[in-house]
Amino acid sequence: MPVTNILRTIGRRVVDAVWHIGVVTRFFFLTLIYSGSCFRRFHLIIKELFSTGVMSLIIIIVAGLFVGMVLGLQGYETLKRYGSESALGVMVALSLVREMGPVVAALLFASRAGSAMTAEIGLMKATEQISAMEMMAVNPIARIVAPRFWAGVISMPFLAAMFSAVGIFGGYLVGVVQIGVDEGSFWSQMQAAVDFREDIMNGIIKSLVFGTVVTLIALFEGFDAPPTAEGVSGATTRTVVTSSLAILMLDFVLTAIMFRGA
Amino acid sequence: MSLNPLVEIRDLNFTYDKRPVLQGINMTFPKGKLVAIMGLSGCGKTTLLRHIGGALKPTRGYVQMDGQVMHELDQDGLYAMRRKMGMLFQFGALFTDMSVYDNVAFQMREHTELPEEIIHDLVIMKLHAVGLRGAQHMMPSELSGGMARRVALARTVALDPMLIMYDEPFAGLDPISLTVIGDLIRRLNDALGATSIIVTHDIQESLKIVDYVYFMANGVIVAEGTPDELRASDKDFVRQFVHGEMDGPVPFHYPGVDYRQDLNLRA
Repeated sequence: MPVTNILRTIGRRVVDAVWHIGVVTRFFFLTLIYSGSCFRRFHLIIKELFSTGVMSLIIIIVAGLFVGMVLGLQGYETLKRYGSESALGVMVALSLVREMGPVVAALLFASRAGSAMTAEIGLMKATEQISAMEMMAVNPIARIVAPRFWAGVISMPFLAAMFSAVGIFGGYLVGVVQIGVDEGSFWSQMQAAVDFREDIMNGIIKSLVFGTVVTLIALFEGFDAPPTAEGVSGATTRTVVTSSLAILMLDFVLTAIMFRGA
Repeated sequence: MSLNPLVEIRDLNFTYDKRPVLQGINMTFPKGKLVAIMGLSGCGKTTLLRHIGGALKPTRGYVQMDGQVMHELDQDGLYAMRRKMGMLFQFGALFTDMSVYDNVAFQMREHTELPEEIIHDLVIMKLHAVGLRGAQHMMPSELSGGMARRVALARTVALDPMLIMYDEPFAGLDPISLTVIGDLIRRLNDALGATSIIVTHDIQESLKIVDYVYFMANGVIVAEGTPDELRASDKDFVRQFVHGEMDGPVPFHYPGVDYRQDLNLRA
């Protein structure tokens, strides 16, 4: 009997998970289908770009600076053992452009913009704003979800690029200005080693994927949240947790595909 | 009720999670009239309103508006029908990221190609009608409950709908705001030549302004009539509801075990 119960519980969870994936996929395709109107009225996307992208800049810049400075310190200590301090610029740049930039920026984006999107849409649902929109014959997926989705997808690569750029500057401050690594070799080796297609393009692709996934999770959780205070807080927590895990798992998959044997 | 109805409900049944919420509802809403649906909380009033708006599909029966059966419409048809409707939600449901002006202009911008100058004039006229022209630049968070309800009312009638639905329009209002909203509902209905449905349990305010009343309890219609007929009614439920009596068909005590048994007293 306990074995039957365990099997039944596992079965129910599997069915629930498959059903949930189906609902999210349907939500994703509906978002794409109803995206046309927001591109015709691009000011809707611009408004959301401000609240998701521009408003995330401060946290991205501050975090990028400190991550770059830490990379500069740690990198110098490691490279010094092998007499390769001059390669500090390469190490900082590749770490940021390939991995840290897209991943940490996406994690910060999920915490700052993703949670805000979920809470905003969840509260709109709880206060009947979404029902009101439907009663006004305005499709909420076209009017609320699609502009936010595209704003998230568009802003993520720019935020990741900003994170990497500021991070490299942080590495420069610590490595060159504070520790005294040769400035010429810091920049010239970086310029020679960082490949546009292999490193920068792959970083952009990663951040596009992360932006799509994080924004989709945030919007779905908000739209699916029970219309109560508890429901909205639970949905906001799920957005941050699910997005963070999805970013880290996808990063492994994408890294394995992009940089295998490179 | 008279002929020439805008909305007709016939044998409407709705079951949610095996629980019957609406059972055999028949109602008629004639053009130009203001009709109230009253009853206790949880009696199925809002569910009925959601059927009229096409947000729910009935288990049996139908809601017909302007000659169209609501649950048979596809999404485009439903949205076309909803453009002829306006709905005032219980607490206004104003868009919190938009100003009062933008809330009222929302439907005009979404559904019409009107130039911004004309939208401006229309919005000002709608806000003037509810006495809030001076609050056009305020955000919803800066409004009192009564003001928010009036802005929502201006937004509801923005496109001059043929049917206006009100879900508990008097809930949580102070006496002055309550009278203002009641008066506005009546005046707007007559000025626009619209048909209005008010779902409420505020009996005193509603009886002052409506033409006809349906009383609901446990998903069925238990009484109906004009306000004067209901005031004079000798039906127990109507009398308890109209006069706000504490005990009656709707008992004061929630069903439970015997009182003496609960106090551990011997019989």
